[in-house]
Amino acid sequence: MAQTRKDMLVDPLVDNNPITLQVLGICSALAVTSSLQVAFVMALAVTLVTAFSSMFISMLRNHIPGSIRIIVQMVIIASLVILVDQVLKAYAFEISKTLSVFVGLIITNCIVMGRAEAFAMKNPPVASFIDGIGNGLGYGLILMLVGVIRELFGSGSLFGVTILETVNNGGWYVPNGLLLLPPSAFFIIGLIIWAFRSWKPEQVEEREYKIQVVGDH
Amino acid sequence: MGLRNFFDRIEPHFTKGGKWEKYFPVYEMVESFLYTPKTVTTAAPHARSYIDMKRIMTYVVIATIPCILLGLYNVGYQVNMAIETLGPSGWRAWIIDTLGIGFNAANPLANMCHGLLYFLPIYITTLVVGGIWEVLFATVRGHEVNEGFLVTSMLYALIMPPDVPLWQVGLGISFGVVIGKEVFGGTGKNFLNPALTGRAFLYFAYPANMSGDTIWTPVDGFSGATNLAIAASQGYQEIVVQGSTWMDSFLGFVQGSIGETSALACFIGLGFLLITKIANWRLVVGCLGGMIGFSLLLNLIGSDTNPMFAMPWHWHLVVGGYAFGLAFMVTEPVSASHTNLGRYIYGALIGFMVVMIRVINPAFPEGMMLAILFGNVFAPLIDYFVVQANIRRRARRNV
Repeated sequence: MAQTRKDMLVDPLVDNNPITLQVLGICSALAVTSSLQVAFVMALAVTLVTAFSSMFISMLRNHIPGSIRIIVQMVIIASLVILVDQVLKAYAFEISKTLSVFVGLIITNCIVMGRAEAFAMKNPPVASFIDGIGNGLGYGLILMLVGVIRELFGSGSLFGVTILETVNNGGWYVPNGLLLLPPSAFFIIGLIIWAFRSWKPEQVEEREYKIQVVGDH
Repeated sequence: MGLRNFFDRIEPHFTKGGKWEKYFPVYEMVESFLYTPKTVTTAAPHARSYIDMKRIMTYVVIATIPCILLGLYNVGYQVNMAIETLGPSGWRAWIIDTLGIGFNAANPLANMCHGLLYFLPIYITTLVVGGIWEVLFATVRGHEVNEGFLVTSMLYALIMPPDVPLWQVGLGISFGVVIGKEVFGGTGKNFLNPALTGRAFLYFAYPANMSGDTIWTPVDGFSGATNLAIAASQGYQEIVVQGSTWMDSFLGFVQGSIGETSALACFIGLGFLLITKIANWRLVVGCLGGMIGFSLLLNLIGSDTNPMFAMPWHWHLVVGGYAFGLAFMVTEPVSASHTNLGRYIYGALIGFMVVMIRVINPAFPEGMMLAILFGNVFAPLIDYFVVQANIRRRARRNV
């Protein structure tokens, strides 16, 4: 691989972002971004799971039989997710309640599986670890962006600290209720993808259809 | 013609190579608004018709005129009625006072003037904010600003509650124009109704300003539920008990959004659209059939706990936004199905969903907006299956 370690870490942030370019991990990005704190913990959890699962899978990659590799990967990922889940329950019970099933669902998160399958099975452990960190950070970056927009305009605060005083508390800001509902993350992620692809036109996919010009005016 | 000469003189500046080339869409918008568009279809299949987009859109705007007039009257009427007991307040009352028009609810002119003071700010905000987005996209994307926006803005303004804050009007139309239409390529490529998309955004973002008892008549301290809300909580018989007849709902002298209260005005508009063939009658038949059929079924099933089950179809027809949606939004050609069989199915789906949401979903008293958006989403799928079924049928015939 011609990629340097720095590339592995930085590439998934913008150029090869798991959410905006590969459009993976959307489900959890919709569910956990209504408050920044939760989004941050989720991003951290996914980053750790991706990094360590990639590293362990990469260590075992020459011993995993091809026909059952998905199962082996799942076992490793699942063990790590259980570990994360238990730690959260022990030290951040409130957040773990808000995250509810979504910590457990990291097991099926496409980003974790995708990196294991696409990268860790072909690369040495250290590179895989860095790649996992990078992809986790790319996921986290979008999560935080969405989280900032949703929490700031949906409830007027960031990390639970009030920024815009809402009308209910005697301030001036009328909170936008739509942003607290999961569908709003669809719009926001869509707009972020739009912004990214306007910034970096090489990310734009080729059209599936072409409009034919039949006659000229 | 001095104006024509003026346009001809400045046109070279806007065409390719001119110094304001980038602003051609703006020039084109003003020019084609005032004159007949110069460009006509040149490619096959050489179908020629007197109808063009400008005419379609202008006809829809004309069709909304009864709704506008009755809406203005009704808003003013409701406000003046409320002022009799609660007293005037706000800048609108001040203007009315200064002009010496008075707050007499029995005087139609006074009602119209007062209604106008509520409708115009909403409409102007819609035109300005939405227009800025339209021109922005037209300039950047290089397509034209067309009369479709006049329809969108008029429909959008008519489905606002009179009391809505103007900044929310601006936010809603921004969302409707950008997300509902421009991201998909502009007029003719939108699969959702932009006006309804904007309203749905406001409905979920600011429910306190878009539903409830205090927003329909903008007088401080006034509280009055829409007939649909009364029916949802206490049964449709309660509407009559509270002094509002079926005829009141039909004519439109009830609480509601500006343009949607009068079923009669909507049907006049619908009749105009049907005669001019802008609206396809199959959509209307489908939507009426779906609504009548499903509400009759629910009447038959009955429920002890949910009074909406007993609401007959002729009440469904006149309360809430059903008539307005049927006349101007179900029949919108772009977001509806395009096959004839598909049009029946599409209409029936919306009719069915309206009753479904109104009666069975306890969260939303009104279902027309959500039902139409739901139908919009399914329209391409319905078309797909209709076309596929036709291909299969013909393939079987020619084995």
